[in-house]
Amino acid sequence: MIKKNDIIFSNLYGFKSPLIEEASKRGDWKDIKKIFKKTPVDIIDEITKSGLRGRGGAGFSTGMKWNFMPKGDKKQHYLVINADEGEPGTCKDRDIIRNEPHKLIEGCLIAGYAINASKCYIYIRGEFYNESIILQKAIDEAYKKGYLGKNCCGSSFDFDVFIHYGSGAYVCGEETALIESLEGKKGQPRLKPPFPANVGLYGMPTTVNNVETIAVVPTIMKRGYNWFSSLGTKNNSGSKIFCISGNVNNPCNVEEELGVPLKYLIQKYAGDVVGGWNNLLAIIPGGSSVPLLPKNMCEDVLMDFDSLKNLGTGLGTAGIIVINKQTSIVKVIARLSEFYKHESCGQCTPCREGTGWLMRMMERVVNNDVSRKEIELLEEVTRQIEGHTICALGDAAAWPIQGLLKHFKEDILKNVERKSKVA
Amino acid sequence: MVQIFIDGKAVEVEEGITIIQACEQAGVEIPRFCYHEKLSIAGNCRMCLVEMENSAKPVASCAMPVADGMKVKTNTEMVIKARKGVMEFLLINHPLDCPICDQGGECDLQDQAMAYGSGIGRYVEQKRAVKDKHLGPLIKTHMTRCIHCTRCIRFSEEIAGNDQLGTLNRGEDTEITSFLEKSIDSEMSANVIDLCPVGALTSKPYEYLARPWELKKTQSIDVFDAVGSNVRIDSKGDKILRVLPRINEEINDEWISDKTRFAYDGLNHQRIDRFYSRNADNKLTEDSTDNVFNILKDKIINVSKNKIASIVGNSLDCESIFAFKLFLDNLDAKNYECRQDDSYFIPNERSSYIFNSKISGIDESDVCILIGADIKKEAPVLSSRIRQRYVNFEKTYPIFRVGIESKTIFKTIELGSKSNSLRKLNEKKNKDILLKSKKPIFILGQGAMCSKDAEGIFNFSLELHNKFTSKTSWNGFNILQNYSGRVGALDLGFYNKKYTSNKSIKDDIYNEKFEILFLLSADEIDFDRIPDKTFVVYFGHHGDRAVKRADLVIPISCFTEKEGIYVNLEGRPQISRQVKLPLPSVDDFSVVLKKISKFVNINLGYSNPQELRELMLKNFNHISKVNNITESKLPKERKIKNAFLNSEITSSVNNFYMTDSVSRNSPVMSECSMNFYKT
Repeated sequence: MIKKNDIIFSNLYGFKSPLIEEASKRGDWKDIKKIFKKTPVDIIDEITKSGLRGRGGAGFSTGMKWNFMPKGDKKQHYLVINADEGEPGTCKDRDIIRNEPHKLIEGCLIAGYAINASKCYIYIRGEFYNESIILQKAIDEAYKKGYLGKNCCGSSFDFDVFIHYGSGAYVCGEETALIESLEGKKGQPRLKPPFPANVGLYGMPTTVNNVETIAVVPTIMKRGYNWFSSLGTKNNSGSKIFCISGNVNNPCNVEEELGVPLKYLIQKYAGDVVGGWNNLLAIIPGGSSVPLLPKNMCEDVLMDFDSLKNLGTGLGTAGIIVINKQTSIVKVIARLSEFYKHESCGQCTPCREGTGWLMRMMERVVNNDVSRKEIELLEEVTRQIEGHTICALGDAAAWPIQGLLKHFKEDILKNVERKSKVA
Repeated sequence: MVQIFIDGKAVEVEEGITIIQACEQAGVEIPRFCYHEKLSIAGNCRMCLVEMENSAKPVASCAMPVADGMKVKTNTEMVIKARKGVMEFLLINHPLDCPICDQGGECDLQDQAMAYGSGIGRYVEQKRAVKDKHLGPLIKTHMTRCIHCTRCIRFSEEIAGNDQLGTLNRGEDTEITSFLEKSIDSEMSANVIDLCPVGALTSKPYEYLARPWELKKTQSIDVFDAVGSNVRIDSKGDKILRVLPRINEEINDEWISDKTRFAYDGLNHQRIDRFYSRNADNKLTEDSTDNVFNILKDKIINVSKNKIASIVGNSLDCESIFAFKLFLDNLDAKNYECRQDDSYFIPNERSSYIFNSKISGIDESDVCILIGADIKKEAPVLSSRIRQRYVNFEKTYPIFRVGIESKTIFKTIELGSKSNSLRKLNEKKNKDILLKSKKPIFILGQGAMCSKDAEGIFNFSLELHNKFTSKTSWNGFNILQNYSGRVGALDLGFYNKKYTSNKSIKDDIYNEKFEILFLLSADEIDFDRIPDKTFVVYFGHHGDRAVKRADLVIPISCFTEKEGIYVNLEGRPQISRQVKLPLPSVDDFSVVLKKISKFVNINLGYSNPQELRELMLKNFNHISKVNNITESKLPKERKIKNAFLNSEITSSVNNFYMTDSVSRNSPVMSECSMNFYKT
């Protein structure tokens, strides 16, 4: 349960202006020159010690990721910010960009300094047009103040930030597809290895970070890694923005410590499930691509990377989708299958062919037009996709259905049998 | 070298290769669709998944580089399941129309479905259907069959050098198409037919003609350009149905040009299959063999031997040329010539007319200078080889070009179209590039070698080449020949030294210096300028240009109907094999000549083609080692008397699809030339 003065994004709801005048009152850009006195190695070290894990879904240690960047070479390094927030159920980056843009820009500068990247691209989802206007305004302000540009903040470091618009392809949220798209090519994931830290944007060493990850970096640097790691649970330190949507009375974004109980989160901030907690059917805890949790598991689960992983799901982007008993869970998952079929880039076989197959079978599940054998086939197809693709979109398409079948298979079969009896 | 373990067996492999290559070396078969040795790695078909220790997921073996101590398993439950899964996905939207598919019997999808698939289909939903695309007169499409391996896209970008193919849409709706569905404008386009692992891209001229197991396969070589690409000729009965490339890394890798692949149908059209003589009304009429030979005998006997001129064509095998030479030497009629285009060379200096660096030398070179070589049309296979070098050099491979503007498939530094612009190579910024180079290659095309400045260009380039390579043993001075028979003819000495590039035998012919003109499949001279009095004897297999003027027409068999040695532009002798029997009542030239020699009482010293070849190989050492190149030293530089005339260096090939009597009579080639040379 986060204390008020531990909240990083104090203007998350946009009650105050996002621009520099108000932002500096909130502490943005304060002591930035002090940070520049530290060496890049120290900064990476502090971030590693803080235990910050990537907020984009995979939860990889940010410090370690920065450490992968080659040191002492003469190549141009790039920092790329993934602002292509496309995961259904997630809208945290959008709020950060429109209400706390200076935290992001300051974070870019620190991260860029740490990995020796003098160029930063913010790949923003094309639909976030209004947000990008605010972001551009904030970037301009930072240039004017001398925080960005040549010899920024009085140091000998040059740093430029550019905004690049995506066109709303979900797969461009995958880091290598994002890099391809940024290069002007079709947004299709690259093969790894080589990883972007070695061969990334324009073939140069590149780090791709999520908006939220970068936006918390300045606060960590200012308040110290000890403070950050004191929040949350072990190995899951810090606070995180949770996006609560679906059948709740008050859908919202809220910043909380990692490891907060799910039930608490929903009841305290989102005004409980529509129809009361007992009316809850299931929750998708981390954006559309993670398996769902049925009600009994939601009672006391903690919202952090490891607890959710132990239950066979994941924290993902922390986009919590609440589903109550008036909603057809099958329809929800079928809709997600349609989404993944639509967003598959078509590069590799299992995802290209499999997502369409899943969608068509899910359509029939919705209509109870399946046999028990076909339900088994459905699950087998998800296993055939999972882990066999170039990027994680294949997994993302498979997991929701696997979650559904794991917890609601008997219910589906009952419905199917009831229908066949009526017929 | 690193050590890796494949299925528990230790294997020593080179560093930097991928698992799939290591498995290949270890003799372990990995199924694949998108992976192709000569193309970049796509890793998108996922058929080559293998299990790797310390990796939770199976990895794509085509894309994963080997590392020391790596443990790979290729036959575990996980791998078998993954393959089965991928195979099923590939088949769910594949039409399974094998009975009406031209790829049937040689289809990767078919074979691998048999080996790795599950035997039954579980997909009951609607299948995808894709509209077929128009890709030009050579490639037939059935896009519903496409499995999106993107080999064709990678080929056209990396090897053919045109970005005309790509994918549209995404996910299930992905479609391969050319830009705005235009015909693929490339001399190498049809190689995508071989690359396509399924029946999505098939050959239009071969459509529904045969099944692969019905075909007789003859390993032969190509004679439509001087590269000597290795091909396999597939025939059924006495019809040639298709030509496919054979892998030969020294020459053509595994690509052939569209002309090589499709011009064969010209062999079924306009063939000369009987003897003709010109009658009193100046009309060519059919005549008996004896009559024709008697007329010929009378003419030969009653004419002074220095009044006989002979010209051989461009695509002849060495045996025919040698037999003809024997015949003419015996007659003492020494005014013979093999260069219908008066191309420059130095007699008895082999290195002055061959590709000295060898084709594989391109892969080592670090600078390329193209002089009057319209290489995209003259030798598309070489052009692609240079492009590969250019791409592998991370596009910093400098290519200078002198000659009139023409399309290339790589970025060039244009020096100008006149011969004087060669001097720009001595300018500082260009010289700096050349000075840094250790292995420059100079490629002198026929555009330059047939120009008025040929001698000047030759000597200037040679001097320059020697200047930059004086400290090494590198020989990168190359002449790009256009015709498959030319190097052989020059090797056999089928020329008369009194004729040079400035003093052509053709001028003597046009100026009535000769009474008899023998043409052995020579169709490239100006027949309107031959005086009426000259008696023209044409030996040939196609009723092409020469027949209109010929007084006697004597049929001979063509290159697929006989065995013969061809020397390619590197000076590499190769054997072209007999695919089918000659037409009825048509003989091989050596046999025809033997008959004529009896009429005129000459002993040619051979009684059958076998003896003829033995006789030839005995006399000419450097063509006796089949498939091997005899090294030759560069000629000495000669001082150029006068400066360049500054003539314009033009392209030697106007229409790539129609360069000889066979391709001119090929319906497929004429369709191509209508498609790509619109006026």
